[in-house]
Amino acid sequence: MIPTLPRAGGAHLVVLRNLWVHKGGSPWTMALFSIFEPILYLLAIGVGIGGLVGDVPGVEVPYAVYVAPALLATAMMNSALEETGQSAYAKLAFDRFYHSLIVTPVTVTGAVTGEVLWGMLRALITGTGFLAVIAAFGLVQSPWILLAVPAGLLIGFAFGAASLTFTGYVRGWHDYQYMQLIMLPMFLFATTFYPVTVYPEPVQLLVEALPLYHAIELVRGLALGRLGPSLLLNAAYLIVFGTLFLTWARRRWGRLLTS
Amino acid sequence: MSEALIEATGLEKTYPARNRQGTPFRAVAGVAFRVHRGEAFGFLGPNGAGKSSTMRMLAGVSAPTAGTLRILGLDPVADGRRVRARLGVVPQDDSLDTQLTVEENLLVYGLYFGLSRRAVRTKAGELLAFARLEDKAGERVENLSGGMRRRLTIARALINDPEILLLDEPTTGLDPQARHVLWERLFRLKQDGVTLILTTHYMDEAEQLCDRLVVMDKGLIADGGSPRELIERHVTREVLELRFPPGEHEKIGRELGEQVEVLPDRLLWYADDGEQALARATELGIRPLTALVRRAGLEDVFLRLTGRSLTD
Amino acid sequence: MTGGGQVMAFRALAYWLMRYRRTWQGTIVVSVANPILFLLAIGAGLGTLVQEPVEGASYLAFFAPGLLAAAALQNAFVEGGFVVNSALRRERIYPTAAATPLEPGEIFAGHLIFITLRLFISAGAFVVAMALFGLIESVAVGVVITLAATLTGLAFATPLAAWAVTARDISQINTVFRFVVMPLYLFSGTFFSIAQLPEPLETLARITPLWHGVDLCRTLALGTASLGPSLVHAGYLAGLAIAGALIGRVTFRRSLHA
Repeated sequence: MIPTLPRAGGAHLVVLRNLWVHKGGSPWTMALFSIFEPILYLLAIGVGIGGLVGDVPGVEVPYAVYVAPALLATAMMNSALEETGQSAYAKLAFDRFYHSLIVTPVTVTGAVTGEVLWGMLRALITGTGFLAVIAAFGLVQSPWILLAVPAGLLIGFAFGAASLTFTGYVRGWHDYQYMQLIMLPMFLFATTFYPVTVYPEPVQLLVEALPLYHAIELVRGLALGRLGPSLLLNAAYLIVFGTLFLTWARRRWGRLLTS
Repeated sequence: MSEALIEATGLEKTYPARNRQGTPFRAVAGVAFRVHRGEAFGFLGPNGAGKSSTMRMLAGVSAPTAGTLRILGLDPVADGRRVRARLGVVPQDDSLDTQLTVEENLLVYGLYFGLSRRAVRTKAGELLAFARLEDKAGERVENLSGGMRRRLTIARALINDPEILLLDEPTTGLDPQARHVLWERLFRLKQDGVTLILTTHYMDEAEQLCDRLVVMDKGLIADGGSPRELIERHVTREVLELRFPPGEHEKIGRELGEQVEVLPDRLLWYADDGEQALARATELGIRPLTALVRRAGLEDVFLRLTGRSLTD
Repeated sequence: MTGGGQVMAFRALAYWLMRYRRTWQGTIVVSVANPILFLLAIGAGLGTLVQEPVEGASYLAFFAPGLLAAAALQNAFVEGGFVVNSALRRERIYPTAAATPLEPGEIFAGHLIFITLRLFISAGAFVVAMALFGLIESVAVGVVITLAATLTGLAFATPLAAWAVTARDISQINTVFRFVVMPLYLFSGTFFSIAQLPEPLETLARITPLWHGVDLCRTLALGTASLGPSLVHAGYLAGLAIAGALIGRVTFRRSLHA
């Protein structure tokens, strides 16, 4: 039994370990978890807010159809954030999981990449569940929506890497409230509920700089079948954003674990 | 002399200042040692002596600031992964995966080493038996006692059949019975040819387990050798321990001369024949509250070498 | 000895206050900034899209007090659910305190006082944010609404704490958040009037404690409150808070002196 060195720094092994932890829980609980929230949101939008707003300028589809892709993008983002945020922090600070990981052939790069991959995988599961709900509610407009979930992997990548970087600087649970301080307004402003055109010009520019804006535009464009070169721009934004943060996370976690 | 698995010369570790006002902290200030295959090698010293920093460098997760370090003939910085593949590490805090069961802890850890699932399953079974945890295989880690956790951590570190096992304070915080169980397991590993490297601030542990050890203090090695060599070199065969009412130790110690070490709670009189020393004390008119003659040990070596007791 | 019990509870409170000293600046910033941004986004976005008045008010005026009550629920969940369980399991603050002369009931009481304080501060910060948007008539109204939101939070915090101290781990707390707190948050009249819900659901929403909190805060803010319904709301919420506190005394004893 000669140990062989795992490839890619062992990133896939970190994913495997995380899968293992969830193996105990029945798989349908995980699915239920990921589907329950979207159902609630869609209901609240469809019955409640949709009833209030009536016609939205710049939106030619039923309101629920317009909002659903934004909720899909946000749900996928949140799944990735959960895993790379507080969950990773608990493993770092309380279980000292990463400390015992890096004395094996798994490297810091492997650990960081693995956690981001895992966040993407969770985003994928959530996205798939959400898509099923959107279909069940009859909110599908275009077959291109099938590509919205794979595209959402970029969302998991971008936000997973950013939140893992943040976790590397966290001093205690309470620091996550600062993350919430960024996330909540971003959720509200990033064209989740209405097009960016309702804002005055300078605010529009600000909104267009937000990563969630690009996440939502990408998913919405595919879901509504409005294809165009701007989607590539959205995707490129997320890739660059994620890559920068992945590099940063790698450096920070390297200092944390191997100084 | 058998092959050297670990060779360190002029090894240093300095941590950068935490903030602008702070000063860099030199935890290891230039140490040299060699560890040979099959031996049990110990770092003995009080908290803050630089033992744990040295161990982290040996584990390939902390780059030396200066000096050279070869482990298994490799550079642990450039070849970190290949070195770590052949090491087993038992950290001071167990850092077991609390989200997994006892057996799963072993299985997942084995996969990190690139072992096949089949191999890791067989090995995990053997190690559960070794750690005497067969009937706890499906238990959550939280429900284990301290001794069981430590045995599991050691079993985990053995999953890749390491050539070198690094143990940082292996029995700190365990009750006497659990310590003896653990020592017996470690002794068996040594007989199977595993090279053991451990840090401890317990004398009895060092005497029980180590073929050779170095005494560390303030980031430096004060001396090294087998426990017996160290005792012969630095202390007499026996020690007479004398206790007096609080406050009198200093004064009486000065009267008795330099064969005597003054501790806060007692005097240690180093002599080849303790009974004879006690007789002399009585002749001098000294009336201790209690008097005890014992054999000299590593605690005394440390005291003579550094002028401080280990538990400071 | 009740007098002794109170003093002991203050010792437990002292711990939480000491801990809070390190983080309070941050929490105040967050407590004020969050509602400001929320109200800004709704005011500038959704508010402009909703042309018809809702329950006789502009969308922003309708929404803000509802969100105040919902935010109290959220804070109650964090402080009474998450923190309580963490204090028992992960950080072992309760077991440490239980090894001193403090009784479980006193540990609970001390923490509850702190939670009340936190809820009050957060609600106050929210009301200040509302005032910046011209949604608060007078200082007196502001104070009353702050108290109403604090009571709403307490109605959730004590039962949650009573249960969280028995929960095995954080994942159970998260489950409750997802399946209990989220539905309440979305369907208790925060974002839209429950009159828009189909019949059986509307009645269901009317029974939920959050709706009582939302309606209490909203009618007070809009100046449409009348004594009878307000007393019913407040009585219902207070009843829950007291019931939670009584049950908590038992569950805290069971888990800390098990």
